[in-house]
Amino acid sequence: MTASADVLVPADRGETLEELVHIAEEHAKGGISNPVLGMILFIASEVMFFAGLFAAYFSLRANAPVWPPAGNAEFDLRAHIALPAVLTLMLILSSVTCQIGIWAIRRGDRKGLMRAFTITIVLGILFLAGQLYDYSQLGFGVNDGVFGSTFYTLTGFHGAHVFAGVLMLGVILYRGMAGQFSGRHHDAVEATSLYWHFVDVVWICLFTLLYILN
Amino acid sequence: MATTVLTPSTARARSGLYDWLTTTDHKKIGILYLASSFLFFLVGGILALLVRAELAQPGLQYMGESAYNQFFTMHASVMLFLFVIPMLAGFGNYVVPLMIGAPDMAFPRINALSFWLLPLAGVIMMLGFVLGGAAAEGWTSYSPLANSKYSPGVGTDLWIVGLILIGTSSILGGINFLVTIFKMRAPGMTMFRLPILVWTVLVTSVLVVLGTPVLTSALIMLFIDRNYGGAFFDPASGGSAVLWQNVFWFYSHPAVYIMILPAMGIVSEIIPVFSRKPLFGYKAFVFATAAIGALGFSVWAHHMFTTGSVYLPFFSFMTFLIAVPTGVKMFNWIATMWKGSIQFSSAMLFVLGFLTMFLIGGINGAFSASVPVDFAIHDTYWIVAHIHYVLFGGSVFAVFGGLFYWFPKMFGVKLNEGLGKLQFVIMFIGFNLTFFPMHELGVAGMPRRIADYSPMAGWNDLNLVATIGSILVGVSVLPFLWNVFVSLRSGERAGDDPWEGNTLEWATTSPPPPYNFDRLPEIRSERPVFDQRHGLPGPAAGH
Repeated sequence: MTASADVLVPADRGETLEELVHIAEEHAKGGISNPVLGMILFIASEVMFFAGLFAAYFSLRANAPVWPPAGNAEFDLRAHIALPAVLTLMLILSSVTCQIGIWAIRRGDRKGLMRAFTITIVLGILFLAGQLYDYSQLGFGVNDGVFGSTFYTLTGFHGAHVFAGVLMLGVILYRGMAGQFSGRHHDAVEATSLYWHFVDVVWICLFTLLYILN
Repeated sequence: MATTVLTPSTARARSGLYDWLTTTDHKKIGILYLASSFLFFLVGGILALLVRAELAQPGLQYMGESAYNQFFTMHASVMLFLFVIPMLAGFGNYVVPLMIGAPDMAFPRINALSFWLLPLAGVIMMLGFVLGGAAAEGWTSYSPLANSKYSPGVGTDLWIVGLILIGTSSILGGINFLVTIFKMRAPGMTMFRLPILVWTVLVTSVLVVLGTPVLTSALIMLFIDRNYGGAFFDPASGGSAVLWQNVFWFYSHPAVYIMILPAMGIVSEIIPVFSRKPLFGYKAFVFATAAIGALGFSVWAHHMFTTGSVYLPFFSFMTFLIAVPTGVKMFNWIATMWKGSIQFSSAMLFVLGFLTMFLIGGINGAFSASVPVDFAIHDTYWIVAHIHYVLFGGSVFAVFGGLFYWFPKMFGVKLNEGLGKLQFVIMFIGFNLTFFPMHELGVAGMPRRIADYSPMAGWNDLNLVATIGSILVGVSVLPFLWNVFVSLRSGERAGDDPWEGNTLEWATTSPPPPYNFDRLPEIRSERPVFDQRHGLPGPAAGH
């Protein structure tokens, strides 16, 4: 901290310079860090983004006379549930490995962080690949009425978020390899893990809604 | 610990332009926001003048319906998304870190990104004009009018992409403001000592962070409908046209508070300074702002009364309820001026313009909140009158007040008062000539968004008056442009604190150094600079 004491607090109450600097550091330290708070707010806005899409889904589904709409046997997604169920387990597992990485870096164990995040990234990429394969096996497209539109929009935008999460984890990995992050300084890692957990939770909602409650 | 001697790298000589293009200083970014928004204000203003020119007389004189539709659509889109919202964000950017005693925003590089998305988005939106026609279905873009069958051009797609980018800019900016306000306040700057402008930016940012992504989701659904055969808003394939209105207004109604709350904040900073009194009812003001923000999320369907698919009593009641916190603010402003030594500077004149015009905009809005009245005036010029009384009479007057008030802080020189008063008089008269007759036109049944009307409808004279007024409004911008030009060249030196202000931005130099403050005064109330000037260190002031 290079600021001189009189910037931080008025200097006429008899505190020594050390005391003043200590007060200022305590002031700056308190509570949640800027990157983590920023990420929590960003996730709040992402929740509202998906809320818009979910609201559209619920509203259209409620208006439909039957759900899934008649006319296409492929709309019965419960028949296709095996692969998505495996993918769901992989994503949940990736949240666990992500959290193991967080616990590691909180102990100052950068190697543990790197190991755990590498596994997380691999699981994320496998999820994306599995989803693309799943798309290729489905007998309907985005232009097949409201069912196709809502299915591909919801899962597609979730997939885009997984992709973004993989990129963010990759950046963390790269920075970790460059020797960044320690037990005290790893705000970016915490923020990224929050985002990854959020993406996971969205998928659990989607899987429940689209495949189980179909 | 080993000592390493670091030789500071010599600052490379960089051109001023390079500096402005790459800056992460919140003050420069704030000025960029203001300048970019003002350019879009001029663009939107020219589009408005084209619209008024066509409406001056019945018949089609200057353009076809297609061009007219593009002009009014882009007028609204530019004014709302590229002028009012970013203009107020620009004030927030410049002033908020100074007011809370912070060296910068919490995320300076994201701040730069938020700004640079805006001109990019503006250019993308405008590209429609040269690529076969801009968006032409109105800024509300209702389905089925906005689908690929009835709006086939690429203009609407460019409009969607531009709007998503603007939304992203807003969300990132909102997060940045919130973290800055929560985490970067100087010691002593408690939440209930925040200047009111900071509070309004805080509540606005909450609305942005929670509302804007819903618009993004709506725009994405519209894009999928138009380009990939989606069926969200297409009743023929099981979709719902009213769904668009719900998701669109879920953002776009709170958006009107995004466009007015920071303007109220600007007004609340200027009135106490030029009335030489503290703001009346500080806490009531804070709670009223929060109440407007909270209620703002529960009134979106008052735009949809005539669809027959919303629960009318609830949305009507909630809309009327918003008049209560707004009224609290109105009385607070009046009570602040009451028995004050009012100085009629240009900034104060624009603020008085805000108070009177926003009052009219509030009252004619309350008419629209009443369901049976709304059934009669829905989609007529009454609505056009209402939106302009709150957004022009409200936000734009506050914006000019803010420009006159903070220009000395930004550039170290005052704007010319005489030119400012000339501008105010022309703008005030022109504004009322333009928009007051629209109430009458609305009651007489003139629908909005039409290029032509029957000469027998009885709307001729009032339309001509409105067009003359709009020319006056256009003319009133000229003294302002001249004012900025001459003041920057040879304006009166302002000094650090030309208005004897209350808040921390007046405790540093004009313009402030890149790091904002060499030292801060003691913060023991919501007006630390006033306390310092009058030597009132005393015990922490209660409210």
